[in-house]
Amino acid sequence: MTTISWRDWLLSDTPDSRWQARLGRFYLGWLTFARNPLGMLGLAILIVLVLCALFAPWIAPHNPISGELGDRLLPPSGEFWLGTDQQGRDIFSRIIYGARTTLFIIGLVAVTAAPIGLLIGTTAGFLGGWVESVLMRLTDAFLAFPKLILALAFAAALGPGLENAVLAIALTAWPPYARIARAETLAVRNSDYLAAARMTGAGPLRLLIGHIMPMCIPSLIVRVSLDMAGIILIAAGLGFLGLGVAPPQPEWGAMVSEGREQILDQWWVCTYPGIAICIVSLGFNLIGDSLRDVLDPRGS
Amino acid sequence: MIEIQDLSVIFGEAGQRVVAVDGVSLRVLPGESFGLVGESGSGKSTILRAVAGLIDHWGGSIRIDGHPVGRKRSRDFYRLVQMVFQDPFGSLHPKHTVDRILSEPLIIHGLDDAEARVRAALDQVQLGPSFRFRYPHQLSGGQRQRVAIARALILSPRLILLDEPTSALDVSIQAEILNLLDDIRRDLGVTYLLVSHDLGVVAHMCDRLAVMRQGALVEVASQGDLAAGALREPYSQQLMLASKGYDRAVVNSFTDT
Amino acid sequence: MQEKSGIILDVEDLNIRFDTPKGEFHAVKDVSFRMRREKLAIVGESGSGKTQTGRAILGLTQGRISAKRLAFHDTSLLGLDAAGWRQIRGRRIAMVMQDPKYSLNPVMTIGDQLIEAGQRSLAPGSVRSRALEMLEAVKIRDPLRVFNAWPHELSGGMGQRAMIAMMLMAEPELLIADEPTSALDVTVRLQVLAILDDLVKTRDMGLIFISHDLNLVRTFCDRVLIMYGGRVVETRMARDLRAATHPYTQGLLACSPEIDRPTRRLATLQRDPAWAEAPAAAPGAAPADTGS
Repeated sequence: MTTISWRDWLLSDTPDSRWQARLGRFYLGWLTFARNPLGMLGLAILIVLVLCALFAPWIAPHNPISGELGDRLLPPSGEFWLGTDQQGRDIFSRIIYGARTTLFIIGLVAVTAAPIGLLIGTTAGFLGGWVESVLMRLTDAFLAFPKLILALAFAAALGPGLENAVLAIALTAWPPYARIARAETLAVRNSDYLAAARMTGAGPLRLLIGHIMPMCIPSLIVRVSLDMAGIILIAAGLGFLGLGVAPPQPEWGAMVSEGREQILDQWWVCTYPGIAICIVSLGFNLIGDSLRDVLDPRGS
Repeated sequence: MIEIQDLSVIFGEAGQRVVAVDGVSLRVLPGESFGLVGESGSGKSTILRAVAGLIDHWGGSIRIDGHPVGRKRSRDFYRLVQMVFQDPFGSLHPKHTVDRILSEPLIIHGLDDAEARVRAALDQVQLGPSFRFRYPHQLSGGQRQRVAIARALILSPRLILLDEPTSALDVSIQAEILNLLDDIRRDLGVTYLLVSHDLGVVAHMCDRLAVMRQGALVEVASQGDLAAGALREPYSQQLMLASKGYDRAVVNSFTDT
Repeated sequence: MQEKSGIILDVEDLNIRFDTPKGEFHAVKDVSFRMRREKLAIVGESGSGKTQTGRAILGLTQGRISAKRLAFHDTSLLGLDAAGWRQIRGRRIAMVMQDPKYSLNPVMTIGDQLIEAGQRSLAPGSVRSRALEMLEAVKIRDPLRVFNAWPHELSGGMGQRAMIAMMLMAEPELLIADEPTSALDVTVRLQVLAILDDLVKTRDMGLIFISHDLNLVRTFCDRVLIMYGGRVVETRMARDLRAATHPYTQGLLACSPEIDRPTRRLATLQRDPAWAEAPAAAPGAAPADTGS
């Protein structure tokens, strides 16, 4: 089979199997995504981030945890590409290892906050009545606080540490997802295809999971990827305030915090981790924007 | 097949109550094709939805196949009664393939041999097996409506509710779908309750029809009466004349609504 | 020259093309017709190019237009600039769309919208009285109430009447109506048609009536263009429509169910791809010689 016939197979209007139909749909989405150069740039940034996290020990030239005190606060050079911090650790190596922390946080937040929001939002929208009132007022209560403040309160209560930081962020991230999921559910609730599904005798659980949730997921994915930048910043903020990762572990926000005393004389200590945060946040924003074009055709 | 006694449906809260259906009684015989005709707001679709169990705040009594039905319908009810919706672009889940749309009812009702049943249903609506794994967006309006009809047939119901099944389609496609529905009724002996604003469609499809206006039943007539222009009530006459095309004299004769 | 023969719109070899990701889509192919002050119908099914043809006359299509001639009286509508269009649109050619729900501005009263439509061509003092007059002309019994009403307060038929009144504010010479009555109930539909009928007669206006309903067009219009796949396949006087010779027209007529002639089976249309390809050489296609 040549590449051309693969393309034809994927884009076929007459698929022969469930898998071909599903893959074809996925491929069509990919083609739309690939048309947007900025989205592809975002994807490239994400891939680099993942590669850094996976292959950190091979990429990083120095030990990220301990350094030579003699090498304190050296400017960028051939040996230390981005300079060293006040403990003589190589900043480049710490940024590479920090990618693991960042990826861990956003990955865990995404797989916890989004499903919670989805479940609460669709249940509220589908059942209506007092269930909806209770769930949505709870959501509103969470939304009433600024995210960072709420995350700070949770993190402070739970104590410092990576897992607690993730938990604190996840607890503050779900309410917007619940709102989106509920709005989508309300749009779907009175549709003919849901009435048709009721006419097949489908129970509420099947309607919720099989018919309503698939309609909510696209806009949720878009929103989550747009929120990633914010989550990275909150995680960095918690790290900066000392409520994130325990000290020797490299974390970008904490690194910025550690360098703030030397910001005028040894600018590289906090600048490079800051740039890393910027680039990754930007990458997720670009991906989110581009995904919106693929998954949510109403906007375009 | 259907016996409706004194059916009333009221929408809205106490302040703004709209009486959508006002004390309607009618009987549909087994194997019959019965039409409900009327203009928008006449309550014809509301009756259909009350029979289907899609609205639950109605008063009066509905008996189907001799058994009274309540507000909530059992799973078995849907093996007896199915529905085809007006808009074929809205009644198929956009993220489900034809295969999933047709096999889901089989799974819900625990029927075996899904593979063969799905194939047979597609065959029945004259869609080949090549349509099985397509998504709705890969189908034309007529093809979608055929899939919707196949979904209604797959549980072998004895009563099919048709809610303006062709009003969103071009006339040439409408002819194909109406012929298909006619074939199905002849082959399977199912009962149809058809709602339409188009008297031509009702005249073609139905043995008897009821003319509705503002939630009330105006009159029940036979296909022969309609073809011969022998409707009793002035409103039905007006509706019939209006459906035959533009005629200045007819417009001038309208009693105001 | 043209004024003498009474031709108000002259279209010759109109083509409309769209660029799509899958390549060029040729929506309208070599459409030619001339019209006088008459009721001309453009009929076809979805995708026939009837709507695009109507929109092209007002320069409202998104596609690329090319034509040998596209002239309103002596003004060529090809390559008209923004100022040129402002002289034409709404003043000399007006358009009524399918659904008043979407073509009336929901945040302006009907009266304000009528006044806005007439502002440019009428003296400031007379606009209001003319608006009320127009509401009366479309047989609205209580013009003042409708004048002060918001679009959501009107029924479909009433909204469409208000829309037509708005289009008439500037006394256009040509009205293009794209499925103006499809969203309306049958009885209301006929009442709106009667209003259009009167306006054509009393105001000496041309009407292009775009529709999918052959039966309606046969009884309402003077002349009918039947379109298929972007091409005009047949042109006929409406009263002779049943004598149509093109297999597509015959097929369309045969497949619509009729009240007084119930048949066991409806005829179905056997489509021939050649209809959309072959030049429109059907007999009876001599547009310039027919008409009132």
